[in-house]
Amino acid sequence: MDAVFSNSGEYLMAFGLTIGLFVVSGIASLVLGTLLAVMRVGPVSILNKAAAVYVTLFRNTPLLMIFIFIFIAMPVLGYNFKFVEGVEIAGYNVSAFFFRACLALTLYTSAFVCEAMRSGVNAVPLGQAEAGRAIGLTFAQSMNLVILPQAARAVIPPLTSVLIALAKNTSVAAAFGIAEATATMRSFTNDNADQRIGIFLAFAIGYVVVVEVISLSSYLVERKVKVAR
Amino acid sequence: MSASVLFDAPGPKTVARHRVYSVVSVVALLALVAFAVWKLYDAGQLEYELWEPFVTPAYLEFILVDGLLETLKMAFFSVIFAVVFGLVFGVAKLSDRGWVRWPAWLVVEFFRAVPVLLLMVFTFFLLAIGGGPLTSFWCVVIALTLYNGSVLAEVFRAGINAVPQGQSEAAYAIGMRKSQVMTSVLLPQAVKIMLPAIISQMVVALKDTSLGYYIIAPGLTAVAKPIYLEFSNQVPTAIVITAIYVAVNLVLTWVATMVQKRLVGEKNPLELTPVGNLDGGRNV
Repeated sequence: MDAVFSNSGEYLMAFGLTIGLFVVSGIASLVLGTLLAVMRVGPVSILNKAAAVYVTLFRNTPLLMIFIFIFIAMPVLGYNFKFVEGVEIAGYNVSAFFFRACLALTLYTSAFVCEAMRSGVNAVPLGQAEAGRAIGLTFAQSMNLVILPQAARAVIPPLTSVLIALAKNTSVAAAFGIAEATATMRSFTNDNADQRIGIFLAFAIGYVVVVEVISLSSYLVERKVKVAR
Repeated sequence: MSASVLFDAPGPKTVARHRVYSVVSVVALLALVAFAVWKLYDAGQLEYELWEPFVTPAYLEFILVDGLLETLKMAFFSVIFAVVFGLVFGVAKLSDRGWVRWPAWLVVEFFRAVPVLLLMVFTFFLLAIGGGPLTSFWCVVIALTLYNGSVLAEVFRAGINAVPQGQSEAAYAIGMRKSQVMTSVLLPQAVKIMLPAIISQMVVALKDTSLGYYIIAPGLTAVAKPIYLEFSNQVPTAIVITAIYVAVNLVLTWVATMVQKRLVGEKNPLELTPVGNLDGGRNV
């Protein structure tokens, strides 16, 4: 573990990058996934089918292949996303590598977010809507007071597992030249082969902490919005 | 009443509006597809020479034997070992003895929280590199076994708990021992419930074999590289390899659905309706 303690700055930077990938692609895939879920459960059947095709395609494709598409195939078509390097956010330049990794993670994760959202809506039994309408609520009222609150609560557990999977999936970016936690672990191990078990444990514990923070916050949110029934 | 909780059955005006939406979205989707095809054509990626390797028998054999077969072998071994691992740790998590239950819990939680790729890199450096005893093929299998086994341990535990309590009570009542109750009453019923979940875990394992790319393991992603380096046909290679993965996964998913229909019926007893079914979430 000495290698980790004496390079603790690098260790923290690596996990900073992992968390950065997680946060950026997490927010982006929540947005895109919600959009897809709206299309998926919406009344227009063609959008419905288009979203279903997207979900089937991206759920059955390995994340690594999406990374290969973005990092190796897209530049051939003239998309290397170098333009983001000109953009400056609060004094930091976004690297094209980071942008492309987030793009790949977002495309992949949003399919799972869409499925989680849809399962949340499907978890509300039809009788709830019928009962709401039967006691004279308007469509908007039954939506706002009966269906969406229940669907939102039902979405939390599956969405948490999607986000946990995303946090772990950021490790795939290591194979494409991004110095996040897994890549750093590899280079540490390369330099200090005698300490490989300690290095592995140090990085594994880092991931465990990230995952536990996500699941703990989801638990807190769930407990906060829980209703007695 | 329509089939969805979200909408009422549409009236004539709504039907007309939906028709407009449909036309607009068809046009938009077609434009998207046309743009993608035009872009491929414009970059010269639809030239026959770039696609030729995928109709050449020698390369097809390379892709299918060195790629697909290796990938399937890795997935197969990892699923077999993962089922054994999951069974052992799933049952251990249900043990009455704390010194069995807590270590099992720790192992399962640890391997569920650690990325597969990190495990792969670790096993690669521990067991393969510098004259280690194993090839990177087996490093992928070990990493996938540990991860998928831990996920399956949870599935097994949930499956055993999903067997109605009366079953084990009845078995104890006729004088069976704890191990007998587990092996001849609970597990046979639980396996039937869990089979679909196990098969869908195979899809996950198959997808994750692609991560072997990072530790130079064989497989579909590994055969892609020499092909696109030789013909510089990155886009066609990526499309073909992805199509193979998707096809295999769809076949597996179809098998899972079939098995579920045959053994369990339409509804998965492990996925209970979590809200508002007025019977406290029990499966009825």
